[in-house]
Amino acid sequence: MYDAGKIITGLVIFVGFVTFPIWGSFGDTDVEPTPVVNISGNCVESVEYMRANHMQMLNEWRDEVVRENDRIYTSKAFGTEFEKSLSSAGKTSCTSCHSNKAEFCDSCHNYTAVTPYCWECHNEPKEEI
Amino acid sequence: MDENRRDFLKKAGVGSLVGLGVVSAVGVVTEKEGRASTSSDDTSGTRLGMVVDTRKCPEDCTACSDICHSIHNVPDFRLEDGSPDLKNEIKWIWKEPYHNAFTSKSEAFTAEELESRKVTVLCNHCKSPSCVRVCPTQATFKRPDGIVMMDFHRCIGCRFCMAACPYGSRSFNWRDPREENGKKVVGGRDIDPEFPTRERGVVEKCNFCSERLAKGKIPACVEKCPEGALTFGDLNDPHSNVRELLRANNTVQRKPELGTGPSVFYIV
Repeated sequence: MYDAGKIITGLVIFVGFVTFPIWGSFGDTDVEPTPVVNISGNCVESVEYMRANHMQMLNEWRDEVVRENDRIYTSKAFGTEFEKSLSSAGKTSCTSCHSNKAEFCDSCHNYTAVTPYCWECHNEPKEEI
Repeated sequence: MDENRRDFLKKAGVGSLVGLGVVSAVGVVTEKEGRASTSSDDTSGTRLGMVVDTRKCPEDCTACSDICHSIHNVPDFRLEDGSPDLKNEIKWIWKEPYHNAFTSKSEAFTAEELESRKVTVLCNHCKSPSCVRVCPTQATFKRPDGIVMMDFHRCIGCRFCMAACPYGSRSFNWRDPREENGKKVVGGRDIDPEFPTRERGVVEKCNFCSERLAKGKIPACVEKCPEGALTFGDLNDPHSNVRELLRANNTVQRKPELGTGPSVFYIV
């Protein structure tokens, strides 16, 4: 075999290059998102429920408020009443507690690469620095 | 089968005549019922409406549109020379010359004072709104209290409603209403955090301040009018303030001949 050294070296480099995505995935531990909640007390429902279902809930709220003029949500877990509002300046809108969009909303949304278009129209909470 | 062809045809003919008779009789009955149920004189439930006293409305006053456009984050597009950008204009409540507002009124020998009068116009929140009929996504719909609402989330920007509305009450967002930094709407106004903006590609119009009504307030234009020219109330309630005005004054609607049943009335 002529030029065995060059060919084998080339093959090794080639294989290494092609399988780079596999090597690249080793070692790196996935950085799980850590949404920062900067207030105490309970959310509308339990944390687990909100993590899994907040998007459906917001969609339902949206339709109920706009189309049925039904603006109050009674928590199933806690029995308290909340305004069905994402971002109004009301005392019980989502962003009146979760006023840190960058650390709260964006941390998971960026991690899962979802881009909800809420903020195209709805007002972002004023970040307090 | 010992029936001959002649007998068969006779029976078939009688049968089809009877059938036709039954179908048309049913048709007559259902049509009558249909007409009764869509009567335009139906006054059950709430029908929110407005009375505009154009006599009280000063020509150069823009208090109603200023407050409306400010609290609803309506952009104020300007050309480079600072004049209004009419191609991209968004408006919820504005003023029209008398003849533009009331196109079905005679133009012959109109009093000079009327000729120059500016009439405050807005969405008429019609009783049978043509915009609602044409909307393919039901983004615009009629609430039980008579308000013709927009669900901006559902609007796909087809603009059928704009073609259907005979009053030009709807505006399309050709441009992004938000300025680059997202803190202001175009025109330099700070965004009112109580109300969302819109995005490019949706239609918008007056919503009779449904967000204020939900908190027990009256529409902002009515509240802010310095002359008390705007009155808001339930047209179906015989004792409401709007009905008192309608009783005491000669009023007109805009283009009533089209059958849309506008809920905004004008004292001329």
